[in-house]
Amino acid sequence: MQPFIAFESAVVPIPRNNIDTDQIIPARFLKTTSKLGLADNLFCEWRLDPDFILNTPRGKGKQILLAGDNFGCGSSREHAPWALTQFGFRAVISTSFADIFKENSLKNSLIPIVVSPEVHAKLFTLPEDAVIKVDLATQSITLPDGESVEFPVPAFSKSCLLEGVDELGWILNKEPAIAAFEASHPAAINTLA
Amino acid sequence: MPSPLTLSQKVWNSHIVREHADEPSLIYIDLHLVHEVTSPQAFSGLRERGLKVRRPDLTVATTDHSIPTSDRSLPILDPIAAKQVDQLAINCDEFGVPCFGVHSEDQGIVHVIGPELGLTQPGMTVVCGDSHTATHGAFGALAFGIGTSEVQNVLATQTLLQRPSRTFKVQVDGTLKAGVSAKDIILALCAKVGIGGGTGCVFEYTGSAIRALDMEGRMTVSNMSIEAGARAGMVAPDDTTFQYLHGRRHAPKGAAWDAAVARWKQLPTDDGAIFDHELSIDANTLEPMITWGTNPGMGVSISGAVPDPRSIADALQRDAITKALEYMGLEAGKPILGRPVNVVFIGSCTNSRITDLRAAAAILKGRKVNPNVRVMVVPGSQDVKRQAIAEGLPEIFRAAGCDYREPGCSMCIAMNGDQLQPGEYSVSTSNRNFEGRQGKGGRTFLASPQTAAATALSGVVSDVRSIL
Repeated sequence: MQPFIAFESAVVPIPRNNIDTDQIIPARFLKTTSKLGLADNLFCEWRLDPDFILNTPRGKGKQILLAGDNFGCGSSREHAPWALTQFGFRAVISTSFADIFKENSLKNSLIPIVVSPEVHAKLFTLPEDAVIKVDLATQSITLPDGESVEFPVPAFSKSCLLEGVDELGWILNKEPAIAAFEASHPAAINTLA
Repeated sequence: MPSPLTLSQKVWNSHIVREHADEPSLIYIDLHLVHEVTSPQAFSGLRERGLKVRRPDLTVATTDHSIPTSDRSLPILDPIAAKQVDQLAINCDEFGVPCFGVHSEDQGIVHVIGPELGLTQPGMTVVCGDSHTATHGAFGALAFGIGTSEVQNVLATQTLLQRPSRTFKVQVDGTLKAGVSAKDIILALCAKVGIGGGTGCVFEYTGSAIRALDMEGRMTVSNMSIEAGARAGMVAPDDTTFQYLHGRRHAPKGAAWDAAVARWKQLPTDDGAIFDHELSIDANTLEPMITWGTNPGMGVSISGAVPDPRSIADALQRDAITKALEYMGLEAGKPILGRPVNVVFIGSCTNSRITDLRAAAAILKGRKVNPNVRVMVVPGSQDVKRQAIAEGLPEIFRAAGCDYREPGCSMCIAMNGDQLQPGEYSVSTSNRNFEGRQGKGGRTFLASPQTAAATALSGVVSDVRSIL
């Protein structure tokens, strides 16, 4: 994993609540055995509309998605953050995120940024070319008028992202604790039996 | 005296491998269920790092999402799906994971086979790369869906880094009326709290109406916890749970059974335990429920009307209803009853168990489905299929004019060719009505097996109580 570095970008607003993972990447594209090749089908049904923002110049080359409440609800498919990051997004701003999507995003260097309804509403009114700065180290976004807004990130996820450490490597280092737990907790089942 | 704990807190506490300030807890996983869609990249990750599956004896795989529900003696025609199904077999073989593949007698939807094999037990932690893992919470297990990175973590270490969820008690008291079922309880909850209402929480379903449900009904309720935003939903184990489990293949036997039951009896929430949130549903007044919109929280009583967006103040919410009505081709303020449908789908991890098939068959027996409706009945597993044959259910479905198919996820997720055509309407017993979920441009009304069967007969959305 690459360490996460602060960046600036204009935002791509999709003013819809409850955007589910079936919209982000429909199930028929989940037959792949690879993580790659998903960007072309990000929001593919909505992209059939030529006026949908990802089909317009405003939707190209930006790194921040601005969406309505409860982004990423529905299925646990990690293909959703894979598709978003492969398209170029590095952060999604909303008032809330579905639990599994949030966890999946943090593991893929896609920052789920939760802001208050007031800040959320303000972001939707920004001019098209307004640039937002996202800084994970200070857990803040900076708006064009200089207003700085903090956002929550679990401390552990933050240090993993800033240092480019993946969780699995960290857990593997805790092997003695896992072995000790197993020694004192005999398994209830044996699927090989 | 120790402070009183909830069911989910007890299961959580007994699975902590390591706890440290500023770190999520490292939680041990008792049962890891695997399917073909969310696991290939995780196995590839193990291979790249030279890792093994730590506990293949706590892992079990099956194929359910991508496989056809037509004649299984034929090859899979979709080459991409065929490759994914083959890859699961290759991965399981290489890593020593037991796999119930296409031709296994134990194949089925992952959330149907775990319980029926006795693998899912009270007090366990259960995960799967699938959001409907919440199903297993019906047994008093802490069960939740995970992403593929976490699938990889569990394969390699049998643990997960997790933060505890808030607790949310859902109290359902009273007696369900004829024609009203477990599905209506959970659709009512989704409608009440909305699709994000349980975010960050574990639901605990309790009350006399939950106690009165059989295990299949409890699984239906727990299954759709995620549709109200909660990653997990649990029911405290009781005699109904123990009777269901007793004698199943992987359930404890002999003295181990008695010891397990004694342990499981300690799991229910202590008196005086405090929940972060509470809500109640009156089973006495509950009607059959149906969704009208494009998420499972957009539901009403079957006799109700589609909402009118003009009555909503918040702009984004108003817009959401307007867009949903547009997609669904429905008019604000109009009833749903009487809407013609093209397809009825009875199946999915929510409603494909033997009791669901029995409930639908009881309504369809000796009757004919409307000739304008294609009715698909898809049992959840090979075991359900065998039970159904023993009870003569396939004959009832076929005589009524239904298409009775092979076990799998089928048109719930429409990955395998079972799908709606653009613009078609379906009453489905599955769990999601998102845009395009059951096929590009397809329009889904979620409902119970009884409502689905009544609709199959009339060809229009129907209140099953009118024919009971």
